[in-house]
Amino acid sequence: MIVPTMAEMMAQGKQPEVLFWVGAAGSFDDRAKKITRAFVKILHQANVDFAVLGTEESSTGDAAKRAGNEFLFQMQAVTNIEVLNAYEVKTIVTCDPHSFNTLKNEYPSLGGKYTVFHHTQYIKKLIADGRLSVNDSILKNKRLTYHDPCYLGRANDEYESPRDLIKRLGVHLTEMKRSKSTALCCGAGGAQMFKEPEKGDKDINVLRTEDALETNPEIIATGCPYCNTMMIDGVKFKEKEADVLVLDIAELIAQANEL
Amino acid sequence: MQYIPNIIFALILIAGIGFFVKNIRKLIRNIKLGKEVDRSDNKAARWKNMAKIALGQYKMVRRPVSGILHVAVYLGFIIINIEVLEIIIDGLLGTHRVFQPILGDGFYAFLIGTFEILAALVFVSVIVFWIRRNVIKLKRFWNKEMKGWPKNDGNIILYFEMVLMSLFIVMNASDIAFQEAGIGNPISQFVYPILKGFTPEMLHIIEQSAWWIHIVGILIFLNYLYYSKHLHILLAFPNTFYAKLQPKGQLDNLEAVTKEVQLMMDPSADPYAAPAEGAEDEVPEKFGASDVTDLNWVQLMNAYTCTECGRCTSSCPANLTGKELSPRAIMMKTRDRMEEVGANIDANGGTFKDDGKQLLNDYITPEELWACTSCNACVQECPINIDPLSIIMDMRRYLVMEESAAPQELNMMMTNIENNGAPWQYNQMDRLNWKDEE
Repeated sequence: MIVPTMAEMMAQGKQPEVLFWVGAAGSFDDRAKKITRAFVKILHQANVDFAVLGTEESSTGDAAKRAGNEFLFQMQAVTNIEVLNAYEVKTIVTCDPHSFNTLKNEYPSLGGKYTVFHHTQYIKKLIADGRLSVNDSILKNKRLTYHDPCYLGRANDEYESPRDLIKRLGVHLTEMKRSKSTALCCGAGGAQMFKEPEKGDKDINVLRTEDALETNPEIIATGCPYCNTMMIDGVKFKEKEADVLVLDIAELIAQANEL
Repeated sequence: MQYIPNIIFALILIAGIGFFVKNIRKLIRNIKLGKEVDRSDNKAARWKNMAKIALGQYKMVRRPVSGILHVAVYLGFIIINIEVLEIIIDGLLGTHRVFQPILGDGFYAFLIGTFEILAALVFVSVIVFWIRRNVIKLKRFWNKEMKGWPKNDGNIILYFEMVLMSLFIVMNASDIAFQEAGIGNPISQFVYPILKGFTPEMLHIIEQSAWWIHIVGILIFLNYLYYSKHLHILLAFPNTFYAKLQPKGQLDNLEAVTKEVQLMMDPSADPYAAPAEGAEDEVPEKFGASDVTDLNWVQLMNAYTCTECGRCTSSCPANLTGKELSPRAIMMKTRDRMEEVGANIDANGGTFKDDGKQLLNDYITPEELWACTSCNACVQECPINIDPLSIIMDMRRYLVMEESAAPQELNMMMTNIENNGAPWQYNQMDRLNWKDEE
């Protein structure tokens, strides 16, 4: 697929309207890469003039910061900010709520001031600007529940953009008993993704998957590559992978629009 | 001789308030053990938060049952205090119901009537609270950290409130003139017939006793606050005022680290340069927190403000899945250690003498800290904006940056970020491979 880099853009003397921050998961994780590609297809359909940093992108440092390594975080941040500022980046969109939170909230005081969108916010804006529409017939009446990523929801009070997009899919949305500001974490945040959980009587992702399965869904939608992994693992643990799909909202829109 | 009750009353009042003030000064001293943090910005938003969250109880009703009951107790507590003002004036001047002639019978009856109804509402709510704790045994009141004193403390406060409200009603019910007038007694009129069998002299003794026990009880309760979890009735206001205003996901960037990073990234910086004049003896700043004195004063105020309701713990994903972590316990342990440090300072003539203990390990274990997913559910649920997550993060910072004591898998993750720019062991040069796959 055609994915221009900032370096190529610069060589042609062009400045894209938005930088797509892919994030480590979106770049390397096999499952998350599908979300990345789905989002690029949407950007293409809406004729968005975008670019990525490619090999010049590096970890935002979120996981290091939450693990307590402020040094590593700030080293990453300062390096990334140097690259972003050199390309005079103004607007960033990302499919990863952790990158979204860090770029939006934690980079400004270190010299990185950008307008940052989560991809659900950006897609909503594309629709509002008349650049994209969502076909509501392909997924019509599918039973769907939505899991709020903590770093989009509680961390940044964004509950409506993902739901606005879900409503356009024509699906039947059932909320979990814990949703929006009371949503339960998937278990990946705060660098938990990269370690075994502490001793307990259950894994968090299993508890959250049980919340989701109570709504009897065909699709568990989410907006975070880490939540996605955790929920897929949870669905496998509950032996429901034949009945329940875990999909990102970008993938659902790409499906609906047959991209 | 006739002034003896007034003098006794004045002495009790001075002692009660004096002892309370002494403890409040100690509390402020302990809070100031924390590091400076600037929360003087955006006053308008801070006043708004205080009005909405502390005064307006906005977050309490997220859980409707306990929320509405709490609003009843809260309103009763605040409004009935107007009556306490009358009691104090009566006590000092030797008057009886001094507000009655000033406010006029009608309005006075309306006021006292309102107080009586509120007192009854408080009484009923407190009974329901007691049942929720002790009969229904709601899980959040029976977590591990709620054994012993915290459990008794919760019940003692409820008993205090039951007794104080009963005394107020009995005081009115045994006031013959007040009952005969028959106005402003919507609740006590039902207690009056029970007491009617007593002689007028006996009724007068009951009324006076109820009056005295009531006001002395209030002063004891006031002084009990400092030793209990109940300080939130005062500290909820400053706590919501000084709470963080940024999005919950935003973690502070450590300034000390920023300086170091700038030095490392600055090609013209001389790493072997002699320290600046006068800076030779400067102790390098400690990163993160291992004891209460490394936390900031807002975090310490949070610990005094916590009323141990457990809404945080009951929504914590780690706690819900049986992990050691409980955000409420983080706050309780922080307070316990702060009290210990404060007592140490008092015992050693104003300076802290090393006791070989610290908040980390002696109170809060790494296992608790590493179980946190930083999901902010605890911060969201706290009805008065306490932030347990910030303490957890500061202590993780100490573990990692001062002790290199992260779990092994996290060390690997961090090494990968350092070397490959990603938490996994992938080559940076493969970062764009996804565009040609599929």
